[in-house]
Amino acid sequence: MKAKFLIPLALFIVLVIFLAIGLNRDPHELPSPLINKLAPAFDIPQLSEPNKTFSPASMKGQVWVLNVWASWCVACREEHPVLVELAKSEMAPVIGLDYKDQRADALAMLAKQGNPYLLSAFDANGRVGIDYGVYGVPETYVIDKAGIIRFKHIGPITPAVLNQKIYPLLSELKKS
Amino acid sequence: MKKLLFIMLCTFSLMVCAKDAVPLAEDPLIEQRLISISEEMRCLVCQNESLAGSRSDLANDLRREIRTLIREGKSDDQIRNFMVERYGDFVLYRPPVKPITWILWIGPFVILMIGIAGLFVYLRRRNSRVLNITLSAEDNQKIDALLNNAGKEGRDS
Repeated sequence: MKAKFLIPLALFIVLVIFLAIGLNRDPHELPSPLINKLAPAFDIPQLSEPNKTFSPASMKGQVWVLNVWASWCVACREEHPVLVELAKSEMAPVIGLDYKDQRADALAMLAKQGNPYLLSAFDANGRVGIDYGVYGVPETYVIDKAGIIRFKHIGPITPAVLNQKIYPLLSELKKS
Repeated sequence: MKKLLFIMLCTFSLMVCAKDAVPLAEDPLIEQRLISISEEMRCLVCQNESLAGSRSDLANDLRREIRTLIREGKSDDQIRNFMVERYGDFVLYRPPVKPITWILWIGPFVILMIGIAGLFVYLRRRNSRVLNITLSAEDNQKIDALLNNAGKEGRDS
């Protein structure tokens, strides 16, 4: 009979657990529908050499990292040293996608902070970003030899993400 | 009064903002379809705003994109697919019914059913308990006395 009085308490605890889980999840981290799909094709001018273009098709046969960035993006600055480290490790080429940026600003930022990118594609109007489902710069994609997106990270890459997720994935993908 | 005026001013200025969030294009028909489609979609930057109402940069770009698709003669479903392919079901305010969203769609009704069943069981149990009690003549006299007293007190106060 006494157990009856515990029912509201039990319900309350269940509610608290649900809320705790819900509140601790980042609503900005959405699962991307692009995972395990072919990376959308594009062919747009490069940042430093506007008369040359870059297309993901040219990376076929390589495991590579696509990083969406912009000079106006504060979180990108935070992420920058991690990207430089990734580039230095030579695990995979890092290609930038300079998203809705001014050419001069972007080049100035790379000159000042170091350039981790093999090259950057210049997405002036953000059209490529839409195809990749970009909604919060920076975003990072790992693309395998067949051109399939294997991993997406939204927000700045932290050293933990780099070491625990990206490095293991890169070495696994390079083996296959 | 001042406070009321202040609130009115605030809400009015909000209305003004909300209006210029939707840039008017040349073609009112396209604009109408754009609004009906984008009102059902979430802006991914400010997630509690619809794509129609958001003033974020991305929402602007996406509205431009949807306008282009409308001009290309795409159907509403095709446009919705275009968005879902890129941003996932999360972009839709009305999630599609599929195994992963079954709990979402059916869950509330299941909980309602459980509640109704619980209430039903409780009421039946209570009714049977009430019916089992039989009153003796003495009990009835006591009750009448109490009721009479209560009536008097009620009139006095």
